[in-house]
Amino acid sequence: MTSFDIAVAVEKVIKRYGSVTALHGVSLDIRENEFFTLLGPSGCGKTTLLRAIAGFEDVSEGRILLKGQDLTGLPPHKRPVNTVFQQYALFPHMTVTENVLFGLLRKGWSRQDAVRRAQDVLALVQLSDFANRKPTQMSGGQQQRVALARALAPRPEVLLLDEPLSALDLKLRQAVRLELKALQRETGIAFIFVTHDQEEALTMSDRIAVMSNGHVQQVGSPKEIYEAPTNRFVADFIGETNLLDVTVQSISDGVATVLLPGDKPFTCPAAAVLDAGSGHLSVRPERISLCAEPLAHLSATVTGHTYLGTDIQLHVRLVDGEAMTVRLQNAESTVVPATGAHIGLNLEAGAARLLAD
Amino acid sequence: MAAKLDLRRFPGFLAITILCLVVLYAPLAVVAVYSFNASTSITNWGGTSLTWYVDVFTGPEAPKFQKAALNSFVIAVCAASIATIIATAAAVAMTRAGRFRGKTLGFALINLPLMVPEVVTAVASLVFFSAIGFTTGLMTILVAHTVFCIPFAYLPIAARMQSIPDQYEQAAMDLYATPSEAFRLVLLPLMTPGVLSGFLLAFIISLDDFLITNFVKGAGIETLPTAIFGSVKQGIKPNIMAISTLMLGVSVVFVSLSWLIGRMGQDKKQAS
Amino acid sequence: MGGGSSRIYRGNGVKLMLPSWLIIGSFLLLPVMMMAVYSFLTKEFRGGVIWEFSLAAYDQFFFDRGLFGDEPPKLEWTYIGIFWRSIWQAGLATIACLLIGFPTAWFIATRDPKSRSIWLFLVTIPYWVNLLIRTVSMKFLIRDTGPLNEFLMASGIISEPLGLINTNFAVQLGLFYSYLPFMVLPIYAAVERYDFALSEAAADLYAGTWTILRLVILPVVKPGIIAGCILVFVPSLGAFLAPDLLGGAKTFMIGSLIEEQFKGSAGNWPFGAAASMILLTIVMCVLLVYARSQNKGEAR
Repeated sequence: MTSFDIAVAVEKVIKRYGSVTALHGVSLDIRENEFFTLLGPSGCGKTTLLRAIAGFEDVSEGRILLKGQDLTGLPPHKRPVNTVFQQYALFPHMTVTENVLFGLLRKGWSRQDAVRRAQDVLALVQLSDFANRKPTQMSGGQQQRVALARALAPRPEVLLLDEPLSALDLKLRQAVRLELKALQRETGIAFIFVTHDQEEALTMSDRIAVMSNGHVQQVGSPKEIYEAPTNRFVADFIGETNLLDVTVQSISDGVATVLLPGDKPFTCPAAAVLDAGSGHLSVRPERISLCAEPLAHLSATVTGHTYLGTDIQLHVRLVDGEAMTVRLQNAESTVVPATGAHIGLNLEAGAARLLAD
Repeated sequence: MAAKLDLRRFPGFLAITILCLVVLYAPLAVVAVYSFNASTSITNWGGTSLTWYVDVFTGPEAPKFQKAALNSFVIAVCAASIATIIATAAAVAMTRAGRFRGKTLGFALINLPLMVPEVVTAVASLVFFSAIGFTTGLMTILVAHTVFCIPFAYLPIAARMQSIPDQYEQAAMDLYATPSEAFRLVLLPLMTPGVLSGFLLAFIISLDDFLITNFVKGAGIETLPTAIFGSVKQGIKPNIMAISTLMLGVSVVFVSLSWLIGRMGQDKKQAS
Repeated sequence: MGGGSSRIYRGNGVKLMLPSWLIIGSFLLLPVMMMAVYSFLTKEFRGGVIWEFSLAAYDQFFFDRGLFGDEPPKLEWTYIGIFWRSIWQAGLATIACLLIGFPTAWFIATRDPKSRSIWLFLVTIPYWVNLLIRTVSMKFLIRDTGPLNEFLMASGIISEPLGLINTNFAVQLGLFYSYLPFMVLPIYAAVERYDFALSEAAADLYAGTWTILRLVILPVVKPGIIAGCILVFVPSLGAFLAPDLLGGAKTFMIGSLIEEQFKGSAGNWPFGAAASMILLTIVMCVLLVYARSQNKGEAR
């Protein structure tokens, strides 16, 4: 990869607040024209990182480059990036148009050009009819689009979005995801999107950085993150998973042989170079099937089930006492084993991965 | 259960509230009514007339009271303006500048005029002005008024600032506004209701002051309260009641103004 | 995350505070300190001071050394008595304000929001009306030849004037009337914040009305009550207008005592400064106790 198609380079950024460290040497490359998501639980440092890129926080160590230019020490108003704020922060004393014009005029656009640009951007987010409203007279979804228009109008190099969907209700949130993704394609600039909602991250992103405790745990496409998590945190945070304690017998070329509970051997990909010993096996619940006990990888006792509509969640207990869940598709033919029944579980090939802690 | 335990409706509280309002309003109402009394005897009703209002503007004491009123007004406008500017800066510092040296002590200092009893402030000011040889006159009144107006202006301004999330200024900065533009174009318009009510409060407080003014005013210089006080010492004359009623009217106009401004601010807050 | 916008103002805190510190520091704090110094100086007979250290002012306040100052010191009750009466008067006015102000505040805070703001508006108006005018109005109303007495005599309820004016009662009435809004507003603010679902929850958990008042409502409303009492007591203590206009020689209070030292021929600046210092000390003690109680409340 050549250096010029990197939009934002985060280099070993450390952020401390007094004795608390919010970012522990984070390094990331965000490419041009990609939808990049910072995903993690609250307090993981994702918002701090976004604010550091925007210029609202100084970094304690390390630096942030925008298209090769060092941003260190530049105040927010001198950085060619714009932010969509969590609560939108639309100026309540200005109309929608005035909000959108704000950045353009500050940036030195002529009033005429600015007005034309504002009209274009408002058309882009389908708000042309609301140009003279005050933001306070609009619905949450409309406000969110005004915030987008305002941030996109000055043609930022990168758009930063700080959980912009969290203030919307569920139905709207799902519709807006697709719009947002389309908007990113249309504008052709990098979006850096902060969220704690994995579904949001998986549906919209080109790439995701999973963060926790001020560290980047894994960077990859949604598929990589979901199907090939590199560690226990990522596997646990993204989607549902069963983490089984297993004994590692051997590892070579990223393929491990482990002993499952019940002492059956199993071969699976390993996420990292691990020594023999104990490890964690991540098994997605939807990648497990039921089968006759003697042929199964695992023997289990059914402890109950939960009806989820599209799926049925089966709760089972393994011979060593570990609890697991299995997802069965709710089809006509599905037979849900009764509580107390002894069943066999088959792990699909490639469904399980051996993980580092 | 609700019937047994409606703590919202203690019996008799309405009666006490009405008593409270009667106590608050009766003297003012009586004076307002008697100010329209045609009789020169102030307590015997001699028919309705505007005699005493005419007297206020043209009578023998008119020049004295007009001069005093002008002094009061000029001092109130100046003191309230200066205090509002100073208090706005202080409110920005207290609510926006994070932590800094002397913040806690500085906050106490701003509120000092509220803590020191008025008569003590009056004495201290007199002592100070005479010690530094500052000739007492209008200037001393202005300085003293500015001091005690600052905390009154500060309270509504700071309250308003606290209710404005700092996201707005961040958004402004993010949209290429320089710090001064962020203040001028975003923060200032948003805090205007607070600044206005701060100014009005300071204005009224300045207009209201008798004790401190009485100590620091120079010989021959009067504000409306000191002039009224001097006159009342010789007995309550009907023209005093007319002046009082006029001032009452001014006060009511001001409260209504500040109430409306407050509602304006609230509407904005609710909507945002 | 402590407000990133402070970026704009961060580091400018002191600069922005400077004007207020300068003004209040040099025209209030410094004067108060100077007044403290004056209280230890010697009096000049035509008003003012002679720069010579002396404890005479405090000595005069607390001790009686006879007409020529050569007798052994006895405790002097005149001035202590004036202070004591001031505290007593201010205290009574505070209690009266609480007795009327609490139900009023409670009543207003429990109305629906619309009528609430109208009631509140009615209570606030007098606070904005010039204190001098209000006090003069009260004097006009209650004096022997005033409308109140005329009305009562004309209606045959009394045969001669009540003689209210120039009594302790008149002063208390004046103080009560002057500072009543100060009691209502903070209590109102506290009651308004009270969530009545809490008393329903308490009732659900078998608490009776009295228990609810004591254990659930009082802790929430108490800070408002204390704030109201302070706001009434402190200005009442140093009040000048009400005692001066409504009271007489027998109802002399601190404010008048101090004022007298700086006006006219009987003036004694060091003594006035000393009396001011004593008043200031009392008030600061009250405020300190108040701040303590507030901090404790927050810590809990």
